[in-house]
Amino acid sequence: MPDWLIIRTFWELTVTGLALGSIYALVALGYTLVYGVLRLINFAHSEIFMVGTFGALLASSQFLSIPLLEDGNYPYRTGMTLIIFLVFIMLIAMLFSGIGAVVLERVAYRPLRGNGDAFGAIVLAFLTTFIVSLVFVDQAKINVIIALLATAPISYAYMRFFKQGRKAPRLAFLISAIGASTAISEAVGVWSKHGRDQYQTPRLLEKKTLFTMFGTDVRIDYAIVIVGALLMMTALTLFVNKTRLGRGVRAVAQDAETSRILGVNVDLIIIVTFALGGVMAGGAAMLFTLVYDQTRFNIGFILGVKSFTAAVLGGIGNLKGALLGGLLLGLVENYGSAIFGGQWKDVIAFVVLLVVLMFRPTGLLGESLGKARV
Amino acid sequence: MKKSVLRVGASMLVLSLVGVACGGSDDSSADACEGNSKIAFFGALTGEAGNLGINIKKGLDLAVAQHNEANPDAQIDVEAYDSQGDPDQAPALADKAIADACVKGIVGPAFSGESAAVNAKFEEAGLPLITPSATNPALSTNGWDVFHRALAGDDKQGPGAASRIVADGKMKVGVIDDNSEYGKGLADIVQTSLGDKAVELNSLDPEAADYSAVITAAKDAGVDAVFFGGYYAAAGKLAKQMADAGVTAQFYSGDGTLDVGFIEAAGPAAEGAILTCTCAPKDSNPEFLKAFQDANKGEDPATYAAEAYDAASVFLAAMKDGKTSRGDILKFINSYDAAGVTKQLNWDEAGEVTGSAVYAYEIKDGAIKGLGLIK
Repeated sequence: MPDWLIIRTFWELTVTGLALGSIYALVALGYTLVYGVLRLINFAHSEIFMVGTFGALLASSQFLSIPLLEDGNYPYRTGMTLIIFLVFIMLIAMLFSGIGAVVLERVAYRPLRGNGDAFGAIVLAFLTTFIVSLVFVDQAKINVIIALLATAPISYAYMRFFKQGRKAPRLAFLISAIGASTAISEAVGVWSKHGRDQYQTPRLLEKKTLFTMFGTDVRIDYAIVIVGALLMMTALTLFVNKTRLGRGVRAVAQDAETSRILGVNVDLIIIVTFALGGVMAGGAAMLFTLVYDQTRFNIGFILGVKSFTAAVLGGIGNLKGALLGGLLLGLVENYGSAIFGGQWKDVIAFVVLLVVLMFRPTGLLGESLGKARV
Repeated sequence: MKKSVLRVGASMLVLSLVGVACGGSDDSSADACEGNSKIAFFGALTGEAGNLGINIKKGLDLAVAQHNEANPDAQIDVEAYDSQGDPDQAPALADKAIADACVKGIVGPAFSGESAAVNAKFEEAGLPLITPSATNPALSTNGWDVFHRALAGDDKQGPGAASRIVADGKMKVGVIDDNSEYGKGLADIVQTSLGDKAVELNSLDPEAADYSAVITAAKDAGVDAVFFGGYYAAAGKLAKQMADAGVTAQFYSGDGTLDVGFIEAAGPAAEGAILTCTCAPKDSNPEFLKAFQDANKGEDPATYAAEAYDAASVFLAAMKDGKTSRGDILKFINSYDAAGVTKQLNWDEAGEVTGSAVYAYEIKDGAIKGLGLIK
């Protein structure tokens, strides 16, 4: 066997690649679910992930008041306390991302589907007046008061504007998605406490070796990420396959109109779909902060692009495809870095994507949420 | 009918709001400057390496505040152009600075990448600039008359860093960079200076979260030291992930890492890291140190603050001398020769400051500590 870097370090690259790949896979699920149901690329999903990392940060540093220590006295937890803390932080991150995804759907997509409601109108009206008021004064509190005062009349006007029953062209959804993505990340970049700086998240567990496999030390945080991601994905698959709501998701993915006629509440199913994607992104966000202890307003950007790539690689609209695509992309990036050098990482990832799409245009496992092959 | 009336009314409301918004902004592209002359800060105040720009702006602010206090009837304003250190955002901001006739000089651009992107524009407009921090050696080779550097370039820093690493007895040094104009430039010089002691470990993406691939390569090569060319946020992530991965190699980096942001991002993993800079330590001029502390609630001047103060002082001296046009100020700078707080300030044809020194710094007990001159 030749003495190449990739062969010497194969197993180590595999472990770290699988860990990052698991996070890609969890985020990719959000892209895939929404695409399967709405045929919509939700580009703002990367920001739902970002919101989740901030949820995790808030949960650990504010709700649990775990201090951020820089002198080496990390506030390590062990045993049961550690597990409870991790689960709690994950639940909060999921809550943030889940709510974020549902609000995003209501505000940025539903009005375009010709189904806008009061909630979307109120949020949009608030945002409009808030931004217009920024032209005149720039003091957050006053802006909020002005916006609140003007929300009622303007949201009423918006309600009148919403073209009920008329669907906007596909391009409008895309622009709305990109706009929402930029708006959310910039809002965090401008108005959060440290603005565009990097945020550190408290480190809860000592990153020691859990076990050794093929001569490679597997660190406990990597193990938690891989196992956690697999558990979440199993839960999601069971939900989609075994529950009533899950059946609704599959039905709408297959044929929205027919399901509506047959009595499926399509709008509810769409909310459920966004919520599921959000919850998965929230879980990914918590696992991400566990390994990398940091976040930023634009942390979702690169990760979102990679996860979207993973979704396409595996076959967009296909849950198993998202898993396979995510893990594969994580591995390919790591192996590629070892062979060609880190600066080629992204190039390699996209070359692999193109080659796969050349032979399998619908991705490795094909598009399938609609065909009930989940 | 009723609906369309409402629609027309609402669109008129929106249009009038837009009208007000546009009418409210002033037209600053007038040919002549009305009002106070300005010295502009150009560089990152936010983003991956925003702290370094903030340090620079503080030095500039101090110099201008002192000038304004001493000359009540010749007030100077500071204008800040926040490029986020991004070469893609810099050109539009440079156009804006050039269009503002009141801007007489630039302290910046802060980073090498953005300098390479916009300095040609400043050259064309004849807008003089003194950068307190952009150290890529190639910048002074473009024949830009407006370009001046208030500290020595990486052609001095790189060999300095290398000789420190060799003096520390390191035999196998992994060299990593962030693929930026500055980071890659510096890392390449360090690698060349180290000769066969260097192991090239390639680049990483500073915005990515995971550096495990390059760390695996470092581990595999069995390096006893790592030199990183890049900025503090990425350096912090790298140092931390190296420590987590069980790499015990000594961490070295350059002036882009010389910021508390490095310690914040790396946590305990920053401890013992050695950083080099051609910038002067904070206590090199006690008078400046005290003035800076008084102006900033006791805070110490951080990386590049003193260089920025020097750069601003040169512009202020020109203005005090009655120079008002950009061209006259440029001529004044080109023939300038006086002591600044960091060094004797006079420039050669290329815009390099004569006289250079490389300092070493160490992270100790969670703070940056000066180790003095190298060599």
